[in-house]
This record gives sequence, C-alpha cells and structure tokens, in this order.
Amino acid sequence: MRTEDPVRLISRIGRWFDHRLQLAAPIREIAEHPVPRTTASWWYVFGSAALVVLILQIVTGVLLALTYVPSAAEAWNSLHALNNDVSLGWFIRALHGWGSNFMVAIVLIHMVQVFLFGAYKFPRELTWVAGVFLLLMTLGMAFTGQVLRFDQDAFWGLGIGASIVSRVPVVGSALVKVMLGGPIIAGATLSRFFTLHVFVIPGLLVAFVALHLFLVLKLGINEWPMPGRLVKKSTYEMQYHELTRTDGAPFVPYAIWKDLWFGAAVLAAVALCAAYFGPFGPSGQPDPTIIQTVPKPDYFFLWLYALLALLPPSMETPVLLVGPVLVIGALLLLPFLFGEGEKSWRRRPIAVLVILFIAVALRSFTHLAGYSPWSPEMTAWSGEPVPQKALAGRTALERQGALVFQGKQCRNCHALGEKGGQRGPALDTVAARLTEEQLIRQVLQGGGNMPAYGNSLNPAETTALVAFLETLHPAGQAPAQDASRGAATGSRP
Amino acid sequence: MKTQNQPSRRSMLMKLGILCNGLVAAVLAVPVVRFLLSSVTRGRAHGYLSSVSLGSAGQFPEGETRLATFRNPYVTPSDGKTADTACWVRHVSGDQFQVFAVNCAHLGCPVRWFAQSGLFLCPCHGGAYYRDGTRAAGPPERGMFEYPYKVENGLVLIQAGELPTPGASTAHVGTGLPCGRRTPCA
Repeated sequence: MRTEDPVRLISRIGRWFDHRLQLAAPIREIAEHPVPRTTASWWYVFGSAALVVLILQIVTGVLLALTYVPSAAEAWNSLHALNNDVSLGWFIRALHGWGSNFMVAIVLIHMVQVFLFGAYKFPRELTWVAGVFLLLMTLGMAFTGQVLRFDQDAFWGLGIGASIVSRVPVVGSALVKVMLGGPIIAGATLSRFFTLHVFVIPGLLVAFVALHLFLVLKLGINEWPMPGRLVKKSTYEMQYHELTRTDGAPFVPYAIWKDLWFGAAVLAAVALCAAYFGPFGPSGQPDPTIIQTVPKPDYFFLWLYALLALLPPSMETPVLLVGPVLVIGALLLLPFLFGEGEKSWRRRPIAVLVILFIAVALRSFTHLAGYSPWSPEMTAWSGEPVPQKALAGRTALERQGALVFQGKQCRNCHALGEKGGQRGPALDTVAARLTEEQLIRQVLQGGGNMPAYGNSLNPAETTALVAFLETLHPAGQAPAQDASRGAATGSRP
Repeated sequence: MKTQNQPSRRSMLMKLGILCNGLVAAVLAVPVVRFLLSSVTRGRAHGYLSSVSLGSAGQFPEGETRLATFRNPYVTPSDGKTADTACWVRHVSGDQFQVFAVNCAHLGCPVRWFAQSGLFLCPCHGGAYYRDGTRAAGPPERGMFEYPYKVENGLVLIQAGELPTPGASTAHVGTGLPCGRRTPCA
C-alpha cells in the first residue's frame, strides 16, 4: 500500500473542506485587500486591540460563569469562592476585571484617534455611528459588570442609579421598578443585570463589532490624514482607490504585524496587572442594614461621582437627564455635520481643544473623586486629636472649646494641622479671617454650605468653642476684629 | 401569460406570509411586554407597601435617634440579606416619632446619624440633614425620606416596601407627623 505524503494529505483534506465551505477565497481576499501604506502605523492598532480584549473578556466571562451564582443571596459568596477556593479563580476574576479597565481605556483611545484623524468623515459615517454604539455598550458592560460584583459598592451604586432614573418626569417611578425588577434592590435586580451583562449587551456587542468590521473592510481603512487634503464627497472614493492602487499594500502581512504585536502586548499587560494587583473586590457584603460604608463607583465612573457632588443642586436633574442625550446626540451627528473637509488634526484646532478639554475635565473630576473633599470624614472627630500646638498655653475655657470642637464633630468637615475633613475650610488660621461676632454667627446660623449648630450647642459650649477658634491665627498676626466696634469703643482695632 | 402570473401569485403569498408573521409577533408581543413590565404592574395591582413592625416603642428612648431594621414585606426566594432594610427612628416624645429612610434624598447612599452634632451625614456627596430630617447642607434638594408610621399596641409600625427615591410616590418629606395627619397610613 502506497503511503501518502503528509503535506499532500493535509492539503487534500483542506481542499475537501473548502470545496464545501468555500471560505478560502473570501478570507484570502479580506487578508490581502490593499490598504494605504501609511495606515501600517502604530496609531492604527487600537481597534484590533479592543477586539483582542473583547475576546479575552468573552473567554474569561464564560469561565467565571462556571462558578458565579447570579442570586442576590449567593453571588457574594460565590465571588469569595472564586477568590479563595477555586484553583486560580482569583486570576480569572483579575483578568476579567483588568480586561474591563483595559477595554474601556482602549476603546476611548481608539475613538480619540479616529476623531483626531478625521476617520469619521465621508464615507465612513456609519462606521463611526456603529463605534458610538460600541462605546455605549462597552460602558454598559463596565457598569453591569460592577453590579455583578455584588458587594456594598454594587448595592449602593444601584441605589444611585435608581435615584437618577427616578428623576425622569412622569415615568421615573415606573422606570425604577423596571430597572430593579421590583420595589427594592434585591434578587430580581441582580438577575436583570446578569441578563444584560451576559446575554443582551454581549449579543449586541458582537453584532455591532461584526457590522463595524464589515464597514471597515468594505470602505477601506482611513488613509493617514495629510494637512490640506480635503474630503469631498464627489471625489473622495475615487482618490482613495487611486491611493490604494498606487501606494497600497496587502493588509496581511504589511499592516497586520503591528496589530498582532500590540494585541499581544495588551494581553500581556492585562495578565501582568491581574497577576500583580489581583482581582477587584468584592468589598463588604451587600447587606442593606450595614450602613457603615462609603460606596464608590469603579474608576471609569468616578468622574460622574465627582460631578454629582459638585453640580449646583438645581442643575443636577437637567444635567443628568438632558446631558447624556446631548452628548450621545452630538457624537451620532458628528459625521453628518462635519462629513467633509479637513481630516488632519494639525488643521483642526477646535477638535484638538475639545479633546484636551474633555481629557482635562475627566481627569480633574476623577482626581477629585479619589479623595472626595466634599464628603465629611466620618471618623476624624474621634480619630484625629487636636494638634498639640493648638492647645499649648491655652486657658481652661479655650481648652474646653477644643473639646467642644472635637465632640461636636466639627473636625469631620474642618481640618486642623492638615488632619480632618475638607468639606469646609481648614481652621488653622480662621481667627485671622473672621471676627468673634462672625464666628458666633457662623457657628449658630451656619450658611455657605455649613449646617446651623444653634440647636446643638448650649450658650456655654458656644462661648468655649468660639474662644478656642479665636486662638487659631498665625503667630505674630492678631485675630480679625470689627473695626467699627473699635471706633465705637475708642480702642484701636 | 401563465408564467408571468406565477411570480405575482407567489409574491402575494410571500407578502401574506410576512403579514402572518407580523400578526403572530404582535400577538406574542403582548405577553412579552406584560412580562417585562410585571414589576410595575404588580405594584399597581396589589401594591408593594405594607405595614411593617419595627418592634416595641419602648426600645426607642425618647429624644434619641436609633437605627432599626426590618424585613421588606415583598421578598423573592433569591433576595437573601438584600431584603433586610435599615431605617432611622427618632422618638420625639410620647407617641410622636419620625422614621427616616437611610437613603439620602440626593442619590440614595446610606446616611449616618451623629448624635453629638445632631446631624445626619451622607458619605457619598456630603448631604447633611438636621435631627428632624430637614435639609441642612449639601446637594440634596429636600429633606430625608420619611416612612408613615403609627404606634399600635406599643409597637411602632411603618408603611414600607419600596426603595425611597426622589421620584417615588412613597417618598414623603419629613414632617414629624404620625399617620392620618399628613402622611396617611394605608
């Protein structure tokens, strides 16, 4: 019996399959389709990197679902089982958690690159629109994923979401029940978010990724924008085809090698972060009767957390309800309003400024949310002693005032010696700013975002407290005094 | 002529087929939508609110504010601890109470009571309320959510069952009044 050459055998099997599947020709066509040589750049690797991380998320997500229990009674325990009992469960959780962060970051970078390179312009408007939906779905996955990590942050985060939704006029209350699956945050809520995170959004995500890629292949990768080379609907497609004919190269291998290298680097970075930093949480048990908690959202939603603290109260509901509509509307309309003209960021200063403004704003809000100066520091009154220099050489009354200062929890909002809350101003030099009368009025009546303490302090406590505050001024600088009183009594202020 | 008529007959059958699918889909959409909205319609039909006991009035000393917990009247088998709810009970005097939701009226974070300064403080965005639940400072636009209550046979009973949110019909502004005067008990 004649033995067949193995290479020939494999080739014969391959031909057998392709005769039936007929996929080799279209795949070869996709792989070898010409792209402008200028697009084989490190700037063009973020889209494929997002796809790589999406695949990682799907694989790790399926693995986590082997152990995770989507029940409000069991989810938290199953996460602890993953972290501690299941072999390498912690690592798969960490990969999924860090993959999520990388995914959001890469999708945002990809979007900024596409925006600055004018890639959304004619004829790629729908590619951009599909991309906007992909961004929304990515953020949706990040939020619902945070809910599935069913801990205190997730529980109270849902409460914040419900409070925002409830502000929708007329149907707000009904929307809350649709969102929660019932009257409270409980079992039905987690099931609902599990369905969104595991079935609904991923299904849409895969469909939109397919559409996005199909459009990229059909319309061609955006050429490197050259200043002065304007997009005109009447001529662009002809010029693009001419460019790929005269200065094009097959996508595989000319351009793809950078995608492959960057994709591998991203995967390695996710794995390193996962191995070094470990999984995210879960934090405390989602027990609504444990109220000693300071819930905070995940990194990519921290800016929103800060915005909600800093917006004037009257602006909040309009911004929350109208803001997203305006932002999403602007993103969707962008390619239709600015579908022609200059692509290069070098000649689009407003585009660059918009990106810089958004980046600085988001970074600043995120930074602020990191230490939330607007929140009282709940344990400062009992945990941070009055600095010794504020007590040295003081009278009995002034020291009694220091006790009142601590006991009435002023320290939770006002720092002394750089320790304490930052909600109100630090009081190390308050006596140099406010006169005795102003201090009394401020303490008793409040104002300027400070509650009134008139009902919480008796006259003796108020006298002692103000006597202590009067001692808080820089050495060598007298406390502030009411000049008119000095004039009236004939003494120099 | 026969060959020309055939496609039109088939295309009409195709259109009828699409129509049939549309009709069946529309009929099926009714139970699907009703299922999706069941959490809203159930509340309308039977109501989520019930009278819940917080325990004897004696465990809440007069002039003080204490944390109390109760099991939500509407529970499902998978709720676990999430159906347990906390609330702040302020015993004003005699049979006069105020029962506040722990949820901040701003965005629902759990507020904490500081007896020494007589304030409720929120850890999220810095909302502050006085002991009677009225707004003291920070982003909330209103006072704390208050459960309607009554004292019956020495027990403090509240009307509860829904997450208090700014848009919820059950979110009463703090009044310090028992049921029947401004915040009626069902």
